[in-house]
Order: sequence, then structure tokens, then C-alpha cells
Amino acid sequence: MFDLAQAAVEGALAAGAQYADARVVISKNQAISVFNAEPLSIDQIERAGVGVRALTGSGWGFYAVSDLTPAAARRAGEQSAAISRASASVPGPDMPLADVPVVEDSYETPHQEDPFVVPVSEKVDMLIAVTKTMLEVDGVALASGSLAFWDTNKWFVSSQGHRIHQHLVESGGGYDATALGEGETQRRSYPQSFGQYETGGYETVRRWDYEGNAGRIGEEAAALLAAPDLEEGEKSLILEGSQLALQIHESVGHAIELDRILGWEAAFAGTSHLELSKLNTHRYGSPLMNITADATLPGALGTFGYDDEGTAAQRVDIVKEGTWVGVLSGRDSASIAGLPPGGMVRGDGYNRLPMVRMTNVGLLAGDSSLEEIIADTRDGVYMATNRSWSIDDKRLNFQFGCEIGWEVKDGKLGRMVKNPTYTGITPQFWGQLDKLAGGDEWVHWGTPNCGKGQPMQVAHTGHSAAPGRFATVRVGVSA
Amino acid sequence: MSRTIELAHDVLERVGDRAEAEVVVTGGVSSLTRFANSFIHQNVAEEGHGVSLRVAVDGKVNAGATTSLENLDEFVDNTISIAELQRVDENWPGLAQPLDVTDPRHYDAFTAEATPDDRAGQVADFVAAGSGMRAAGFCETLGHDVAFVNTVGHRAFGRYTRATIDGIHQTEESAGSGHATSRRFVELDGSAVGATAASRARQGMDAFDLKPGEYEVVLAPECVGTIGIFLANYGFNGKQHAEGQSFAEVGHRQFDAALNLYDDVHDVRAIGVGFDAEGTPRRRLDLIKNGVTEAVAHNRRSAAKAGTHSTGHGDPGSDQWGPIPAHLFLEPGESSVDEMIASVERGLYVSTFNYCRVLDPKTLAVTGLTRNGTFMIENGRITGAVTNMRFTQSFVDALAQGRVHAIGSDARFADSEFGPGFTYVPSLHLEGWNFTGGAAG
Repeated sequence: MFDLAQAAVEGALAAGAQYADARVVISKNQAISVFNAEPLSIDQIERAGVGVRALTGSGWGFYAVSDLTPAAARRAGEQSAAISRASASVPGPDMPLADVPVVEDSYETPHQEDPFVVPVSEKVDMLIAVTKTMLEVDGVALASGSLAFWDTNKWFVSSQGHRIHQHLVESGGGYDATALGEGETQRRSYPQSFGQYETGGYETVRRWDYEGNAGRIGEEAAALLAAPDLEEGEKSLILEGSQLALQIHESVGHAIELDRILGWEAAFAGTSHLELSKLNTHRYGSPLMNITADATLPGALGTFGYDDEGTAAQRVDIVKEGTWVGVLSGRDSASIAGLPPGGMVRGDGYNRLPMVRMTNVGLLAGDSSLEEIIADTRDGVYMATNRSWSIDDKRLNFQFGCEIGWEVKDGKLGRMVKNPTYTGITPQFWGQLDKLAGGDEWVHWGTPNCGKGQPMQVAHTGHSAAPGRFATVRVGVSA
Repeated sequence: MSRTIELAHDVLERVGDRAEAEVVVTGGVSSLTRFANSFIHQNVAEEGHGVSLRVAVDGKVNAGATTSLENLDEFVDNTISIAELQRVDENWPGLAQPLDVTDPRHYDAFTAEATPDDRAGQVADFVAAGSGMRAAGFCETLGHDVAFVNTVGHRAFGRYTRATIDGIHQTEESAGSGHATSRRFVELDGSAVGATAASRARQGMDAFDLKPGEYEVVLAPECVGTIGIFLANYGFNGKQHAEGQSFAEVGHRQFDAALNLYDDVHDVRAIGVGFDAEGTPRRRLDLIKNGVTEAVAHNRRSAAKAGTHSTGHGDPGSDQWGPIPAHLFLEPGESSVDEMIASVERGLYVSTFNYCRVLDPKTLAVTGLTRNGTFMIENGRITGAVTNMRFTQSFVDALAQGRVHAIGSDARFADSEFGPGFTYVPSLHLEGWNFTGGAAG
């Protein structure tokens, strides 16, 4: 496959590109869905092709073909160069590439149990069992379960001499119960909203004890129908780990993408409230806030060996004791900003232009625990599992809804509340972080559905987090 | 003969008599030229074919998809062998029987073959329309062939094209957007779309923070497009409806009597082919007629469960997410935007919504933000710009009887939260919209 990628690169160079790289990607994805204890869909998707990227002056050209022949690969290279030249009719400043070591290497995701070898029937049976358990709870009308697995081989070649093969394995899934009330629906999910995904094999699914939690999830969904709404007000907010992970994803992860900061995503995903001139001085949050982007974390969903520009995976400080100190970058964006390249550029399959994506953007663990945090809270609310998320184009103004909440009074969990929401402004919100759990409550949560770019790309990202408390937050916003 | 048809038959032959099977092959070229900071920075294209195969072996169902045309034997064999290991799918609705499929002919050869230079020309025009501003956006062209065959003899073929110019102009403190989509590239006018964006950006300067609360609103087509696609996705979705998660109550007046919403790929302005991924012919489906909820969309599976027929909305993923109408038309009214604004004593004109998410599908309570131009209306005219605001609003309640004051005459393809080409809608003047936060929280 390296020869195919090489042919694509040579095609681009012969057609005038000043730089070119190519990826041959062969991937398979298995997605299994069960609904109300019956199989709903079983899909096997195989994608194979070569995508070649050419740079001429200020603009990238990219062309992808599913035809894996040397002639087609070379022609794709030529097309990518022609496209990059067309960009010159609406030109900008040259797009320099930061230097990175030229590498010939290979990488494979550590995994124990090949998820594609585990029989589909075993997976379906397990999902049928958990959905059946949830349906046995009075009040639960809908029970869904799903599993998904990815096996991806990538061969990367650049005109500078990179030759890198990677074999990535990702696994995960989850389930949810929905209770239907008069004019309302209430849902509970496990392990988190949309499921939990990690790099690794089927052992990552087994670790979450799907069967052991299904009854509780069903009971909580049903109980929510009778629970009162969370009243609007300002109080201490304790977030469960997976919700805090999404908070990190939305209000930190996207905001620190250098392409957004440079304006490259302005029309669609948006820009950022962060200005490069304030790097190393901007106060992002409280001193408890330490964020890293770490593509080397074993088992986390955003872990790999090299990004899709051939830059080695690395750990980068993003927020240190509350101060913004780092960004997510690639070779072009880092060079323009005068920063070291972060190795954070990835493309969704062979047919998408690699762009700046989150790796594992996580909040380092604290020294408390959920139990201690609750015991320390006089008047608050504990919210778990995301239900809705919305944030503005600068990643400032957000509103999240969670599936479930509990009042916290005088150090104890109180009554369950439904439709819990909270809203805030990013730096003020993070400035309120005053308690943070750690230990085994610190989990590498995975987000398998991060959308960005045009045409749309979906990336798999990781967000390590433990439960945390925010001192004063506006909660209970409703329609 | 299109390569997609050849491939579809090729795959079906490899299945032979081993299974019930349906095959969908798509092929073509998609190209997108992206610009930011007023220059083209990303410029991409892809070509190829995708094959989808769904088989049922004695009621045991499996589906697969591939782009690897070199390994079709292995692909077909794997898809069948995995099916054989499954449990019987008690809800398998069977295959679509042969029926006539009318091709709406939404194909334009020039659009399918548009070059990078053609797209760059649109971008140059858009950028030039905002002198002194920073432009960002994209110009996209695509041309796709779609072929369907199944083992009971049903055959269908269609092709369509789509072209879009979409973008924003930005000042140091504001942004404004413009959008146009058509199946014909020559109908795009980058200069005009850019001028709209530039005008909104200029008007958006010196914006102030408005106190949250309920305000009368005039919503531009981009906002209405998002409302429409959310109604379709969460409400007029036969699976969601059967599960009790939809607001839709067929036969009930749930909306203002002035509203008429329908789904119709055969409308001369629509984009798409005349059948779905199950081979079912698409026909016009009235969703709201004079304010009354008329129907929900079905694929074969949801239709069988509901005891009715598929409405031609069996698109990929619809077994899991439900059948979703995605060729939506909201009938226009007779009001101009100026007339709608002139009738507002105190309210807001909103250009686009952003990042809308559902709090509860049953009520269709949605939170989201305004973006790229939010303007104060006082005494019938726009008096200034407002910073972006957050709303938390039931989309169904917002369109209830008596709450639609006027419908615009300006229907066009609007961008939406789901992307371009799905909704052809006008502006709307609504009684109220619940803004729950401003720029300061």
C-alpha cells in the first residue's frame, strides 16, 4: 500500500505541487443496534481508498478516489495539484509547514480481543439481555442498545520521506432506557450518553459491566417521570465525569483549535474567544484547572501513533493552573502562529482532508472524590449524563441539559430532579471550579461523534475527567 | 448505461438465490471549495462508488456497505454469512415490489462537471462583494448517480446535482451570512449572496446586549429551515411517532392554520432522486395542511409496524433513526420581509440559528443561539444590532394557532442545522420567541 500512496504523491509533485502527502486507508466498521429486545440493525461498512493532499502557495488541494490502483492513485495526485493551483485565483499568504522529523515507522493500538472476531450473535444476545432487563421496569417503554467497532489501517507517505503504517482498533457502545409520560420523555443512558468508546478491543466493552447496570438505568428512567423539575436559580453544580468530559470537549477542546483561532473555520464551526496574543496570560479557569491534550494515553479514544501529517503523537499542556498555555495545531497552523506543531491533524477516512482535531483533551485529576464533594456541598445540584448541548460559535455561551439530577442539601444527596439544565460563559464557569475528584473516578471518556469541517468529518476524541464542582452556576433554564 | 447500474446488477448476481437482497449503488464526484480570511484555503474533491447491500436469509437480516469494488465477492459472501448467523428479524418488512419510479430529473450536466475554477469564480465574486471585510464560506458542487435493484425484480435509477454558495462577511465586531443552493450551478450568484452577507455584517456593528425575555420575531429562511428540519426529524418521523416520542398527532390542528408543510422530491425546485434506499417511489407527502398534522413519514419497517405503506423515506440509517422527510417545502405567503418588519412594534429580526439541540423530543423544546445578524426592530424598522442570544423554545409552540402573524413571499433553499438542500422555506413573522440568555449569559 505504501506504493499506492507513493504513486499519489509522485502524481501531485509531477503536476507542480510544492509538497504532497497521501494516505491509503482501509477501514471496517461494525455497528449493531438492538431495540426493545429485538435486533434492529447490523451494519458492516468497509471503506477503502486513497486521499492525496497537495500544497501550492496558500491553498491545499485534495483529491480522493476509492479505486486502489497505481494509475488511479497517480491521477488523484495530479488532480489534487490542479485543485490547489485553482485556489490561487483567490490567493492568500503562503502556507508554510512547520518542520517535523521525517519518520519511517509503524504503530498498532494495544488490544487484547479482536472485536471483529467476537461473534455478532454474542454481541446481539448481550444487547437483547440488557434491553430486556430495562424493559422489565414498570414505566420503561423504549430500550435501545448499540455496539460499534472500527478497525483501520493507514499507510502514510509524504514528499518529504515519511512512510508510516498504523493499525487502529476502537471499540465501544452503550444503551438507554426511555420512559414516556404525559407530554414528556425521560431517558437514562449507560455508560454515558451515546455510549462509551475507547481504543482497544472487545475487552473495553466487557469492562463496563453492561448487564449489571441495566436494572438501575431502567429504574432511574422510570423514576424521572415522577420527579420534580429542577427549579431555576443559582447554586453549586456538581457534574458527573462524563458530563464534565463533554463540558471540556465543547468549551475547551474546540476553543483551543488553532484553525478556529486563525479564522479558518469562521463560517461553519466558528472561531474562538481565545486570542493568540493572550497565550500564556489568559485566565481560563480556577487554579484547579489543568488541561492537557495527550494523544499517548493508553486506551483513550483519541490515542494514536502519528497524526495524518506524520507528526508523532504527543502530550501538550493546554491550561496550567487556570492559565491558557497551549493549542491544538498542525504543521501549517502552527507555523503561521509561530508555535511547535502539535501532531493533532486527522482526516475522517481516506476521502477527507486532514484538519486540526482534538486528541485526548482532558482535565487532570484532583485529590477529592464525589463522596467528599457532596459532603462538602451545602446547597447544590448533582447532574449526570448529557442529554443536550449547545454552545455559541466562539465557545463562550453554553447551555447543557443532563438526563438526571439530584438536589444536594447540607452535604447529602436529596431528591431526584428531572430536566436539569445549566448555562454559563466559558471563563467565568471554569473560574468557579473549586473541587475535583480523582483516583479511579478519573475516566478516559470517549466522544465518537465530533463533527467539524466541510464536507463534514466525524472524529473520535477522548476526554479524561472525574466529577467536579463549580461554586455558583445558573441552573434550571427551561422553555 | 451508468456504471452504478452495472455495479448494482453485478452485486445482485453475486448474491444469486442465496438471499433476498436489495442493492443501492451511488457514484459520482463531490467537490467543495472552502475559503477563510478572504482566500481559498481548502479545496477538495472525491470520486468513486459506494455499494450498499441488505440481505435477508430466511428472515435473518444483515446489511453491509463498501467502497472496495475489487473485493465484491468477499463483500457479498461476508454480508450473507453474517446474516445466516443472526436471529430471525420478526419485523423484517420484506423487499419492495416492482413499481414505476418517476425520475424527477434533478440533474444538470454542467453542475456535475463544474471545475475548481468555476467554484473559485463564485468564491471570488462573494469575496469581492464585501470590500474591506473578511470573508469565509464554501462553494460546493456535486453530481451523483443512484441505482437500485432487488431480488424481486424492482429496478430504479436516478441522478441529481446540487450547487451551493454559502458564507459570511466579517468586520472586527460583527458577521453576516448569505446562502444560495440550487441543482443548477449557473443559478448561483456569488456576488448577490456575498452582498447580503456584507450588508448584514455592516448592519451588525455596534451591537448591544439585549435583556433576555420573550420577543416578537421575524425569522429569516435559515432559521425557518432549521425549524422545519427539526419538525421533520423529531416529529414527522414514523419511528419516533410509533414510539410515542413525537409531538405529531395526525388529524389534529397543532399549528397555525396559515401553515402548509410538505415533502416532495418531485417539486421542480427539489434536489434528489425519485426513490429511497429501499426502492420505494417518493411521492408528495403533506405533513401540515392548514395547520393540521396530516401524516408522518415511513420506511418499510416503520410502515409495517404502523400497518400502513412506506412513504418513500427509507433512507440509509432510517431503521435506526427513523424515516425523515428531507425534501421540505413550506408554502410561502404574500408578505415581504420589509412588510413583516414594518408590522413589529418591538421585536427581533434573526438571520440564522446556530447549534440547536433538543431538550425533549416530545415537546420539541430546543435550545440554540442566534448568529450572523440579530437586529432590534422598534416601531416597524430595524434600529440596531443585538449581540447573539440564546433561546430555549418549543418549536411546536412557536408555530401554534394564532402565533404565526405572517409568512414571507421569499421562499428559497435555506441552509439549516442539517446542512443545505433539505428545506425550501420563506421567512416567518411569529408572535414570540423565548430568549433565555444573552452574550453575557
